[in-house]
Amino acid sequence: MAYSDKVLDHYENPRNVGSLDKNDPQVGTGMVGAPACGDVMKLMIKVNDDGIIEDAKFKTYGCGSAIASSSLVTEWLKGKTVDEAYAIKNSAIAEELALPPVKIHCSVLAEDAIKAAVADIKAKQLAAAQAA
Amino acid sequence: MQNYFSLFQLPQQFDIDLALLNTNYRVIQTESHPDRFVTATSAKKLSSMQIATTANEAYQTLKNPANRAIYLLKLQNIDAISETNTVLPATFLMQQMEWRETLEDAKQAKDINALNLLLSEMRAETARLQANLVDVFDKKHDLIAATDATRKLIFIDKVCADVSKSIATLEDNL
Repeated sequence: MAYSDKVLDHYENPRNVGSLDKNDPQVGTGMVGAPACGDVMKLMIKVNDDGIIEDAKFKTYGCGSAIASSSLVTEWLKGKTVDEAYAIKNSAIAEELALPPVKIHCSVLAEDAIKAAVADIKAKQLAAAQAA
Repeated sequence: MQNYFSLFQLPQQFDIDLALLNTNYRVIQTESHPDRFVTATSAKKLSSMQIATTANEAYQTLKNPANRAIYLLKLQNIDAISETNTVLPATFLMQQMEWRETLEDAKQAKDINALNLLLSEMRAETARLQANLVDVFDKKHDLIAATDATRKLIFIDKVCADVSKSIATLEDNL
């Protein structure tokens, strides 16, 4: 199966690989996995006081499409509000990367990682508000 | 309706007698072997071939613990490897990340000892999960816990396969 040019580009030059400080109250972490292919994806977002995502990093062990999907979303996330991030749909990721039907689940994984990261930062913010 | 377990006269559970599976598989393979149907009607030839194919598929499914667990769940209409269910316990995913990182580092350093150590650690975890599957499938009949353990086992099998592959590649290049 041939990968699209965009997948290859992200796969060969992944953007924003790495980690943020998971103990930072402004950092949300999302971890998801796909049993069918054994892929694991970790997405971290840093959200400033205005609710804007300042930075995003990922680490993915999986196929080229899973790496490309997570690399792409880190680019998309920067500058977005958490609510805008939450609204990102896997179909948009799949379309941008021209993923074939058998690789759609990689984009689902990326969407779920965003949702998990947003849920984590919201939980952190809530805990901080309750503590204050 | 006959399923893979009844085909080999095995109880429908996770803990099965592998020796009995092997024996009963061989019996079916012998009975349905094409050599025995050389002079048979084409209908008989076809049905014996179908039996042989099904038996082979059934054997491969039941022999492998992860595949057996997936199949047991499927018989209960549960799809353990659903692509839309990506939520797994965070500690488990963290462990997966760590294993993957250890694998990457050891591969880069061409450190066979580290890879063997990782493999034995993972095999221990596999054994623990399989014991857990016997408990939740056969004793507690807890399908939620069984689905969870099955999904973990599938993950670990994938990493194990990658570690074994890396060890083989390194050994070939010694």
